[in-house]
Amino acid sequence: MSAVPQVFADTAVIAKRNVIKIRRVPEVLMFVLVTPIMFVVLFGYVFGNAIQIAGSSYREFLIAGVFAQTVMFGATFTGVGIAEDMEKGIINRFRSLPMSSSAVLAGRTASDVIYNVLSIIVMACTGLLVGWRIRGSLWDALLAFGLLLLFAYSISWVMAYIALIIPSVEVINNASFMVIFPLTFVANTFVPVEDLPEPLQTFAEWNPVSTVTQAARELFGNIPPGTPNPRPGRCSTQSSTR
Amino acid sequence: MQAAIEATGLTKRFGEVTALDGLDLEVPEGTVLGLLGPNGAGKTTAVSILTTLLQPDEGTARVAGIDVIAEPREVRRRIGLSGQYAAVDEVLSGFENLEMIGRLYHLGKERSRARARELLDRFELTEAADRSTKGYSGGMRRRLDLAGALVAEPPVLFLDEPTTGLDPHSRLELWSIIRELVSGGTTVLLTTQYLEEADQLADEILVIDHGRAIAQGTADELKVQVGGERIEATLADVAQLDAARELLAPLAVGDIDADDGSRRIVVPITGGAPVLTDALRRLDAGGVALVDVGLRRPTLDEVFLTLTGHRAEEPSADDAAGASEGLRSEVA
Repeated sequence: MSAVPQVFADTAVIAKRNVIKIRRVPEVLMFVLVTPIMFVVLFGYVFGNAIQIAGSSYREFLIAGVFAQTVMFGATFTGVGIAEDMEKGIINRFRSLPMSSSAVLAGRTASDVIYNVLSIIVMACTGLLVGWRIRGSLWDALLAFGLLLLFAYSISWVMAYIALIIPSVEVINNASFMVIFPLTFVANTFVPVEDLPEPLQTFAEWNPVSTVTQAARELFGNIPPGTPNPRPGRCSTQSSTR
Repeated sequence: MQAAIEATGLTKRFGEVTALDGLDLEVPEGTVLGLLGPNGAGKTTAVSILTTLLQPDEGTARVAGIDVIAEPREVRRRIGLSGQYAAVDEVLSGFENLEMIGRLYHLGKERSRARARELLDRFELTEAADRSTKGYSGGMRRRLDLAGALVAEPPVLFLDEPTTGLDPHSRLELWSIIRELVSGGTTVLLTTQYLEEADQLADEILVIDHGRAIAQGTADELKVQVGGERIEATLADVAQLDAARELLAPLAVGDIDADDGSRRIVVPITGGAPVLTDALRRLDAGGVALVDVGLRRPTLDEVFLTLTGHRAEEPSADDAAGASEGLRSEVA
């Protein structure tokens, strides 16, 4: 078998193994499906009454942010999965086989996309129930979902790298909370950036989570016409990712 | 006879720690080399280099005639590795584990499945084949892990502490499987800290400590190297242990080992049966009552103690974690 098809064949074997795991470990699946509902409902109703967005409903504003946060949490499963395989010696077993070594990571990141597809579906349905609407075209909405998944996929690779350096499930779990909470909160996910104090505002503007959220928001048409972007200039350049 | 595994001057450092310090080894085709040493001696590091998981800092190694550094993937086609921690996927069934490994050896779907069934049958796991391995016993997991190493029928097999943590029955079972493999022509490099295991399975034993070879030979040769015999006596009364030690001291050619718990005293001697007779007379005259007494050759444990100045300790959890830590950071 030549090198390139072999990478794909090996990746498929590893991904298949992980898919079997998704089915057999329903606890993780439960977490993946319930967390997004919790996020939408909690943020929507707890913050929803306190935060006012000019010209838009907060829940509409919020949903794209919750999407971005949830797919990021979904991506941490990659790190946890790889750390677990490292701890149990499975990675060493793989490495002693004549397989493509990149397939070990590629298979994992590929199968973890499934988690995020599932949580996006659940989140979208919950969002629609609490008053979120797609106001743009269907094509743009699909593009937004694709962008969110692509973002999560790239975070998966970052998590995979971290897991290779720190192969401990516990450390990865705690560390990812410590990184993902600030990243997803100090952004335009839950509040408009201009409401943040100055140093945080700068961080939020440069935060890739803001960029993805803003892009998704625009693609979903959740920014009412006439509402200026949170900040002209840098931020709108960022949001032109589309 | 051609060497199936040969290594020259293998050196590996992890920061300040020198795990391997110029290790040489050679395993002729179809034989078993037992790599014997305490925890942290460098056994796992040596296996990791020979199985292409780690790159040595210095030295060269060839497995099945192929350079492990230049052509790692070619080496991987020809080896099987069964590790210290049974590396089976807990969520997958036994069958799925083996099938997956077959696919990753690129045996193709049909062949992978057939081979998985064959191995499950051979290792008496057929009944558990479709159950998740989480419910397997320790012995079953080790058997499955070993089966995983055999999927591609590799000519060279690396077994890193294959029976650590197993109960005696499972250990015997695994030994008989390994013997069967060797009789089929497989070359085996086996690491162990159980001296009995090396004695039972290995054609040749390489004793390593601090990453260096300190002795090599057959079990018998190593025992001869330490020399002499041992009088081993079990006393009726533990209070007489000191008296016995004093009475036998003039006969000893090395340190006398007395153990309160087992009421046993071990005296190294030379000269055989006449010395034993002498020893019995002395004990009798001193009024020391015996439960059991015998003359025997030194055990490998004693060989090890003599060669290294310390015992082959049982593994401690911390040591094991530290050793694999080094390996992991290298992986990254």
